Amino acid sequence: MTFVRNQWYVAAYSADVGRELLGRTICGEPIVLYRTRSGEVTALADRCVHRRFPLSESSLVDDAIVCGYHGFTYAPDGRCVAVPGQQRIPRTARVPAYPVTERDSFVWVWIGDQERADHSAIPRAPWLADPRYATVCGMEPLAARYGLLVDNLLDLSHETYLHGGYIGTPEVAETPIRTEVDDDRNVIYVSRHMADAACPPFYAQSTGLTGRIVRWQDIEYHPPCLYLLHSRVAPAGAVPEPDGSDPHGFHVEVVYAITPSTETATYDFWAVARDFALGDDHVSDFLAENNRTVVLQDVAALNTLERVIAAEAAGAQELSINIDTGGLAARRMLARLMAAGAAAPAPGRPQPAAAS
Amino acid sequence: MNADANVYRVDWLPGTDQLRGTCHCGAVVEARDPVLLWERLLAHPSHERRAGI
Repeated sequence: MTFVRNQWYVAAYSADVGRELLGRTICGEPIVLYRTRSGEVTALADRCVHRRFPLSESSLVDDAIVCGYHGFTYAPDGRCVAVPGQQRIPRTARVPAYPVTERDSFVWVWIGDQERADHSAIPRAPWLADPRYATVCGMEPLAARYGLLVDNLLDLSHETYLHGGYIGTPEVAETPIRTEVDDDRNVIYVSRHMADAACPPFYAQSTGLTGRIVRWQDIEYHPPCLYLLHSRVAPAGAVPEPDGSDPHGFHVEVVYAITPSTETATYDFWAVARDFALGDDHVSDFLAENNRTVVLQDVAALNTLERVIAAEAAGAQELSINIDTGGLAARRMLARLMAAGAAAPAPGRPQPAAAS
Repeated sequence: MNADANVYRVDWLPGTDQLRGTCHCGAVVEARDPVLLWERLLAHPSHERRAGI
């Protein structure tokens, strides 16, 4: 198992969870999501206790799921409240309910020991639900292990080669990066500040900037799930004022939620929030289409990479260079979190007896 | 950056292939390979010994 447990993961956009049953597999765990009549999001294990039929392919009646196979009926807390043909409901007839929180337009689900779920530990992406920003978003399924997407996003030099004509220009790959790793707060920062760069179509057409630009990329990765790219573009020479204001800058907050589904499948949630052209639908449509194209370029490349890796013998060599400094740090932190998540016993939970 | 935090920083020195790592203890290590750089940086508190690899 290569998942980081005892962590929060994005399961869906809030807007995608309603009165239809939604099935998602997160870290190998099948989950069904829906919204009760009072508006609360519920996340239950997506298997009927009777014969394992997926509850996501069943029916929602009022606030209860009625299994589509034999009618076992589950309340939002996972308790079975009715079984067919008999009065007695077996004591063990219950499906696990997952801790869940809606935040910043995402539905976050806790994967791990329920007693350890700390809702205050969910990393934030406040721009997505801030009226001072206009946001476009989507989700693309990836047929590749989530670590490949982490590698991809921590090293943006690939923009020059994989996303040329969209967000890539030569300066991205040419510009040195600064990497910071905060082992106390579990955050990785990778910054690339381009003082004099070509303006790629993604920004030229959305901002109206022509000519050379200042382009800053400041990554903040909160492993395992949330990735933030604070992107600033401005006319060449324009930097923020001493008081912190930035009248010449255009700011785009690019947010990814990297949610492992299975060992070789990942949900690639992406969102682009901007602080300019707020009411301009043409800009929104352009950024949505353009960014989705960029994401699909990544998806195609990483799906190919997954097939290559899966076909190779274990231990095949790879080579890291300076551009990989942040990605290597992310791998290390993920490994540390994975060990901590696997080793951490839930408070008060009895430990399995040692084999004798 | 919080001076008290357990933070490691790696700067890619402009115009070179050199990486310079700064440990939270203030130690500075350099390498031209990120794998080696992280190895030296994370050797805290034994930076000196590891730097000689």
